[in-house]
Amino acid sequence: MAFLEVRDLKVHYPIRGGVLNTIQDHVKAVDGINLSIESGKTYGLVGESGSGKTTIGKTIIGLEKATSGEILYEGQKVTNKARSRKEKYANYNKDVQMIFQDATSSMNPKKRILDVMAEPMHNYFNYTPQETKKRVADLLEIVGMNAEAMYKYPHEFSGGQRQRIGVARAVASDPKLIIADEPTSALDLSVQAQVLNFMRRIQKEFGLSYLFISHDLGVVQHMSDDIAIMHRGRFVEQGSKKAIYSNPQHIYTKRLLSAIPDMDPTTRKAHKVERQRVEASYDAQETEYYDPKGRVYDLQPFDTDHHVALKPEEPNVSLENENLEIGGKN
Amino acid sequence: MAVERSLLEINNLETGFRFGDVYHNAVDDVSLTLENNEILAIVGESGCGKSTLATSIMGLHDPKNTQIKGEVIYKDLNLLDLNEKLYNRIRGNDIGMIFQDPLGSLNPLMTIFNQISESLQYHSDLNDQQRKDRVLELLNQVGIPRPEYIMKNYPHELSGGMRQRVVIAIALANKPPVIIADEPTTALDVTIQAQILDLMVDIQDETGSGIILITHDLGVVAETADRVAVMYAGQIVEEASVEELFANPKHPYTRSLLNSIPHELDDDDDELHVIHGTVPSLQHLPRKGCRFSPRIPWISEEAHEENPVLHEISPNHKVRCTCWKHFHFEGEEK
Repeated sequence: MAFLEVRDLKVHYPIRGGVLNTIQDHVKAVDGINLSIESGKTYGLVGESGSGKTTIGKTIIGLEKATSGEILYEGQKVTNKARSRKEKYANYNKDVQMIFQDATSSMNPKKRILDVMAEPMHNYFNYTPQETKKRVADLLEIVGMNAEAMYKYPHEFSGGQRQRIGVARAVASDPKLIIADEPTSALDLSVQAQVLNFMRRIQKEFGLSYLFISHDLGVVQHMSDDIAIMHRGRFVEQGSKKAIYSNPQHIYTKRLLSAIPDMDPTTRKAHKVERQRVEASYDAQETEYYDPKGRVYDLQPFDTDHHVALKPEEPNVSLENENLEIGGKN
Repeated sequence: MAVERSLLEINNLETGFRFGDVYHNAVDDVSLTLENNEILAIVGESGCGKSTLATSIMGLHDPKNTQIKGEVIYKDLNLLDLNEKLYNRIRGNDIGMIFQDPLGSLNPLMTIFNQISESLQYHSDLNDQQRKDRVLELLNQVGIPRPEYIMKNYPHELSGGMRQRVVIAIALANKPPVIIADEPTTALDVTIQAQILDLMVDIQDETGSGIILITHDLGVVAETADRVAVMYAGQIVEEASVEELFANPKHPYTRSLLNSIPHELDDDDDELHVIHGTVPSLQHLPRKGCRFSPRIPWISEEAHEENPVLHEISPNHKVRCTCWKHFHFEGEEK
């Protein structure tokens, strides 16, 4: 059962202009997406910069305001309530945590690691100082660091170590879901491997779910069970890892997958030809995969665990949908 | 008959940065050659000295705090002996450079046209009309749509991919025989990255120039390079053709790196390979013995050379130290 549901989430930013600085238009950063998150699974969210993937993560955790749609946590509506201090939202606040791309700027440089990590604990548990220390030491051990580290300051660590501390801090409040926004993009290959390994180990140990946001398709593939590909604020394709990678249907997914560099230099030429072919067909078929306004179509079931945003096929259905859409907009 | 020289020859280059009164070498005894019509990739993780190598070739270091030894030979000229004035005639004209951050390397207050023609103005005596034609030609070459219109724009009006194309156009302006590209696609999305890499390969086919491509991304290397040098802690640890390096990696560092890439549809329980320990900082770099040995402590001391040098183990495949012969991954039997 899904413990977190996102329904028809929209995040629009107003564009102001003109003489009176009135709202002229909206940037539709996220434009109607649905997600349901089950425990113990990892959901990959892939897209190019500006596709809205980070905005989804930030809205779930409450750093951005949803324009419409709802977020349900264990059946309770928590949309835009993440900063609420009310008791009834405390569980949601505790159970959804985030790991940021830039670990350095996500930690207060004036605080020791002990204090950085104790903060979420103070918010949700009544630990004594000894218990806090014990718990911080345990958490540091989980991410492969010495307990001594708690008396140091963030700048004393390398980038990879800081990101591991970031992971440990996210786990500190015993969450159910961790939103990981590009957690390894700033790291070197070997350090990335380390952080990803720890994230998976922690997942096994605590039965966590991850919403793994990344532009790196290789990393997402390694980490995720389910993957959603985003473009222009909407999902173009959603499904199991296998479905997406071995049987991509949407032209945008195909384009994205073909752009991943091939690790075999001997097939370089063939890969380039294939990539350019996909790129050309992407340009040629844009009207088939996007509506006249350039918006991604609604997701349609393609297989049991695979949804694709294709043009509605049956004319009747599509007419009805369009009428509804137009009616809704006007 | 004179011996045919490489396009660019780097001999025993050492670049040290000053910490107090001591210089610590970030690039330590690097020798490389670049031929016409080839893309030489230099790969390594952050701090391995690959960017320092590039900036040393271009003479971009603060002479008060750096110490550069060795030679960079271009057309029988040791670039490191040149004074600033002469160097400026080489930079941009003979050696073009493409930086990682296109926004940082463009002037926000100048139009695209002015930025490209600046380099033309400095190095050539084209008249206004010829310069304009050349700028348009360059913008076309790097695949910028509507160049007439775009050249009047400012950098902030362009997307990241477009900006990087402009930076490439500037680097190409005077048809330099040598181009140094430092992480040219790191800040870009995969689809844009693919376009820029295609562009670089096409340009190289057209102009026949030699390109030094500096990157941390092995995928980029596999897609574009002809020859690869892998750097670790300031030294080249392995050098080979791209096919050879990916098919037959020898040095423990190269093998470990290739092993830590997340692979396609691997088993869910597979853990990624992690290289033991961390990259030592410049001051704490072991200057004696095999620099990679602390990262592979399960390999016995005797396996390493006392003063590791590059050995040519097969034609055009060089590996530093002898430890590769005895190397196996931790927990694996040799």
